[in-house]
Amino acid sequence: MTMPMMKPKRKNPILRTRQMNLPPWARGRVALGMTAAAAEGRFELQVCEDCNHVQYPPREACHHCLSPSLQWRAQSGEGQLLATTTLHHSNDLFFRERLPWRMGLIQLDAGPSVLVHLHGEVGDAPARVKVGARLDRAGQAVLIGFPEHGSEHMADDRMLREMTSDPKFRKVLVTDGKTAVGQALVHALVKAGADIVWVGHAEPWKKMPGLDDITKHPQVTLVPLDLTNGRSVSELAGEIGGKVDIVINNAEVHRSFGIAARRGTDVAKAEMDINYFGLLRLAQEFGGALKGRSADGATHAVAWVNLLSIYALSNFPAHGTFSASKAAALSLSQCLRAEMRPAGIRVINVFPGPIDDEWNQNMPPPKLAPSAVASAIVKALKDGVEDVYPGDVAQEWLERWRDNPKVLERELAAGG
Amino acid sequence: MTRKRMSYEGVAVAVPVTVPYMRYSTHSAHWFIGQALQSLLQASGLEKAQIDGLTISSFSLTPDTAVGVTQHMGLSPRWLDHLPNGGASGVMALRRAARAVQAGDADIVACVAADTNHVDSFRMMLGGFSNFARDASYPYGSGGPNSIFAMITANYMRTYGARREDFGRIAVDQRTNALRNPHALFKKPLTMEEYMAARPISDPVHLFDCVMPCAGAEAFLVMSEERARELGLPHALVRGAIERHNAYSEDPVMVRGGWRVDRDDLYAQAGVRPDAVDFIQTYDDYPVIVMLQFEDLGFCEKGEGPAFVRSHSTTFDGDLPNNTGGGQLSVGQAGAAGGFLGMTEALRQLTGAAGERTVKDAQLGLVTGFGMVTYDRCLCTGAVLLGRSA
Repeated sequence: MTMPMMKPKRKNPILRTRQMNLPPWARGRVALGMTAAAAEGRFELQVCEDCNHVQYPPREACHHCLSPSLQWRAQSGEGQLLATTTLHHSNDLFFRERLPWRMGLIQLDAGPSVLVHLHGEVGDAPARVKVGARLDRAGQAVLIGFPEHGSEHMADDRMLREMTSDPKFRKVLVTDGKTAVGQALVHALVKAGADIVWVGHAEPWKKMPGLDDITKHPQVTLVPLDLTNGRSVSELAGEIGGKVDIVINNAEVHRSFGIAARRGTDVAKAEMDINYFGLLRLAQEFGGALKGRSADGATHAVAWVNLLSIYALSNFPAHGTFSASKAAALSLSQCLRAEMRPAGIRVINVFPGPIDDEWNQNMPPPKLAPSAVASAIVKALKDGVEDVYPGDVAQEWLERWRDNPKVLERELAAGG
Repeated sequence: MTRKRMSYEGVAVAVPVTVPYMRYSTHSAHWFIGQALQSLLQASGLEKAQIDGLTISSFSLTPDTAVGVTQHMGLSPRWLDHLPNGGASGVMALRRAARAVQAGDADIVACVAADTNHVDSFRMMLGGFSNFARDASYPYGSGGPNSIFAMITANYMRTYGARREDFGRIAVDQRTNALRNPHALFKKPLTMEEYMAARPISDPVHLFDCVMPCAGAEAFLVMSEERARELGLPHALVRGAIERHNAYSEDPVMVRGGWRVDRDDLYAQAGVRPDAVDFIQTYDDYPVIVMLQFEDLGFCEKGEGPAFVRSHSTTFDGDLPNNTGGGQLSVGQAGAAGGFLGMTEALRQLTGAAGERTVKDAQLGLVTGFGMVTYDRCLCTGAVLLGRSA
């Protein structure tokens, strides 16, 4: 059983803030297939199309029949723990700073033997275990041996906390508290044990419904934040930038126009100003501070979340300029992810289908409840994933886009 | 049925040389190779031009391979092989050189293994050791081979009831041998109490279960028996040799090595049984592997390793002398030279050059090789039987 994590003591301001040393990040191109699946929360291994043998470590030819047709397929992860060891010495700084470190050798029921990081609830060999894939702090997939049946506080495991971005005891900035999604996020973060939730409020004179509900939580503080205004972003970063562990950028402008339905560029500019430039301003002001604190104790800075849209993948003409602004934001977030990687800060992109809010009033169901978006984001933080496509619509779009982006483009041009 | 192999009859192995080990060196691998070649010439009285075959085993030679060494050293061999196979390099080099000599492709082959060790070179090597290590073992704690063999040891202990003391006997006996070997880096006796009290490295592997990386070189010459006599070089004869790679890959964790596949062939080549072996030089990256070899080479049955070491003394004057020069555990592991250590020691034993650690009346020695932890186990195994020349 994992003991629940206690709230860490306040940091001693005299001590130097520890810097991040990433775990070994190098992988071959084939091995990155495991990372691609783990980034979406799946454990996949290569399976031979011709003889069904499961392969590990990742490779270019089937070890049984030499076929080159190896496909990544989801695995149950069930297996038998054969041996464990606790390292008291490591050649790598990341592990050296976190010794002792426990690992194991597991024979998967599917065939191969895998080396894993071991969850603390897994005892000595022999034991039945379940292997899962997670992204480590270098953003690369690693395998983890979990107990067959985990206990209530298993997320608090010391090793697992290194792989995830759990909001428990962390300080979070939600950039827009006036939207339904923003408010649902605040409730979900408080429930998940966040220490402080700062909530951005661009126009404090406007009394938006729901604000009173969120400020009832003692953890919540409203802060002035207007993403269209560089000075506003800069001032807030000066105030709380050195304390924020997780940034969740949910601010967005969403209007339902294509090109011909509205003359001029004012609406498109407003969308870009928040959806794209807002992210850029925020990243310039808060990114560096997050990177500087990514190994700062048990509740170090850990993640950055962007609320994008499934329309970022392919333009939905009825919401054409909004789609374009989200595509721009997606592209920028990839840049942000690359720049945050050396510090081990995870950038999580969330791609919901239509959310059940005022700007999707005319969209037919199914629509995603704001609380569902919020739960998906908190779950993504807890699971340590990188890309989230919450809801049936997003899942279906994703499947169609992966199958053939050109076909999807034609279908969307015809109305969906 | 495969065709019966050609015998190794008539192949002599001579002139064991050791370039003294150093914990760290600022020289490159080429320096150690040069020293080894010079020692071979000095000890044999040969001219450089008479070396017409060359094998090189090294990790730290990169980006050079064996051919780079020929230009560096001004050699012009007519037969060349690059064998960077770590602990199996010695057996593999001998087998290939022996065939080259038998076929007439080369007259005198110099087999050289050398590695340098800079302060940070071991760490630098680990993460890029193999594709599989980079992708699937190094990111897990970065313990290098220590953590892999810790799990092999833990599994062996659980399965066959071995205790740490059993591995301790192997390490302690080897240290006893090393105290009589001037080349050994470890000069102090090791007691069982000290072995047991050592700090843990990766449970159940503790400090004295691990080899110490260092810099150094080992080398020997392979030629025909006739040529060795002509040159008046003390030599041993190849009585049999085997190698096997990636054996028992279906075993989920290593409990046996490729020696087991080919051991009957090995002993049949020499027309002997294991009890004819007067000493054994096992590849000793970790004591558990020594125990595995006692089983897989037929000295006892699988699982009887712990009882075997409890009932036998493996010092140079014991009933089954093992690693009579101290092995890598007590001499040090000079990279790929670790795979030659047993070979040069066996040659010294069989040519009357082992000084005060001489195994009395030794006629037949067994030398093993074991190398390359690319993922979860070592892949290369090999063994050679060397006999005293009449």
